[in-house]
Amino acid sequence: MHPALSVIFFTVTAGSGYGLLILLAFARPAGLLPDISPDQIVFTGLFGLVLVTAGLLSSTLHLANPRNAWRAFTRFRTSWLSREAVFAVAFYPLALAWLATEWFTGNTVASNLLGFLSAALAVIVFICTAMIYASLKTIRQWNTRLVPALFVLLALVVGALLLMCAGALSGLELGRLAVLAVILIVVTAILKFIYFKVIGAPAGPTMNSALNFTQASMRLLDVGHSGDTFHTREFGHQVARARLFWARIACFALAFALPVLALLISWPGDSGAKLAMTLLAALSAYLGVFVERWLFFAEARHVVNLYHGAQRT
Amino acid sequence: MKLGLVIDLDTCVGCHACAVACKQWNTSGTTGPLSDLEPYGAEPSGVWFNRIRHYEADVHPNSKTVNVPMSCMHCEDAACVTVCPTGASWKRDDGIVLVDQSKCMGCNLCAWACPYGARELDEDSGVMKKCTLCVDRIYDEQLPESQRQPVCVLTCPTSARMFGDFDDPESDVSRAVAERGGVAQMPELGYAPVNRYLPPREKPEVTVSDETRGESTAGGAAGLIGKWMKRQKDSFDRFGKRTGGES
Repeated sequence: MHPALSVIFFTVTAGSGYGLLILLAFARPAGLLPDISPDQIVFTGLFGLVLVTAGLLSSTLHLANPRNAWRAFTRFRTSWLSREAVFAVAFYPLALAWLATEWFTGNTVASNLLGFLSAALAVIVFICTAMIYASLKTIRQWNTRLVPALFVLLALVVGALLLMCAGALSGLELGRLAVLAVILIVVTAILKFIYFKVIGAPAGPTMNSALNFTQASMRLLDVGHSGDTFHTREFGHQVARARLFWARIACFALAFALPVLALLISWPGDSGAKLAMTLLAALSAYLGVFVERWLFFAEARHVVNLYHGAQRT
Repeated sequence: MKLGLVIDLDTCVGCHACAVACKQWNTSGTTGPLSDLEPYGAEPSGVWFNRIRHYEADVHPNSKTVNVPMSCMHCEDAACVTVCPTGASWKRDDGIVLVDQSKCMGCNLCAWACPYGARELDEDSGVMKKCTLCVDRIYDEQLPESQRQPVCVLTCPTSARMFGDFDDPESDVSRAVAERGGVAQMPELGYAPVNRYLPPREKPEVTVSDETRGESTAGGAAGLIGKWMKRQKDSFDRFGKRTGGES
């Protein structure tokens, strides 16, 4: 699949924002950042909303006819893209109500409850985003339950590190949040490793089965068009194996290894070193997830390639 | 009603006439234009509803060329319709899957969901386009009844394409599928494609004698020249017989 930069930026940035907001809702009630003040919650929450908005705006850039984008709210019952659009828009009033309640009433049952509801809706929005890809039976690298799980977990990894940055800026105690971040990173890394194993195993239709010629070898003689087509540009995109290998290394190094290392180094340090290291960890994780999402597209092989000459996907 | 096409892989010669006729009809039809990018440049590219690909089955000396035209399969459970967020993709009661271009936002998701490459984005107008089964021909009462067929079917010089209602067991398409063992492409994805492909027929085995194979006892260059001389003499003899018969 062609890795469209606007879609990669959208899923990574909006995902980081949702991840930050989800964990922010639990920061005080669950004791992740027990001393966080209401105005700190509001400012961190607004930063999360900025990330979400930047991502959603970027997602409209890949539309060939954005004038009709408003119609994307109309097929809620069947289309995951429509569900994502509806929930993403519904998230704003809920999240703003949460932050407003936090601002005006502080630590109350209402503000905590609105926070939990916002977090739940954020999870739903991002699962819908992931299901746009995971529901496509034409792309076996996407059509797995690992995809929504990894979308949400990677969002939480970056969100946890961003929340640590917010805490470090205010000089808060980060111990429990750091433990949670490391646990999230380890779980996500294991799941991502399993994902690479799963998509590495041969599966799905072949050129023979796609053409119903299963008794002999089949090969493409002529694809029937002399130039590029929409399909060769959209689905034919292929990256050299060596580059994919190094991209996987970079994904694991930036998203998982470097943030854990940065957190461990900063552990006994003073607050200045802690702030620098958490910022480094968050930036590294964001870039790592960016590489991960690029790989998600670059490694996906649509079945139409079987008709264009590929023996298997 | 379940309208669709039957394509006979036995008789298709891969001439692309169906694709050209399709482009000609539909670029000026209700879903037109089928925009071309750089039509006179080095890398022309454009929207086609129908594409023909050529494959080789098996290896020499048993190889066989198979030409496979592909257009929309008008699936009964069309994923392109369910994933569409705007409602631009829809399926008619007669089974035809269409795109309402006034609603499409060009997100490409339907093209991602289609296993057959039936949908192509018109990058000029920014909307998705696809085979309409010539919906603007098949119901047109201004046309003589024999002409109320998709233009690809009318054009095919070897009659390798058939159009009809698969819900009617007595229709030409249903009979052809039953007689020839017509098959669907990638049914395992579960979209219930309607179009069927008739496999190539079993050909009677050709008996090859030593003589026709040209295996004379002599080997090497001298043997080759001898064989060539003999072929010339044989055809000369046949030619003499033919002209002799006429005079």
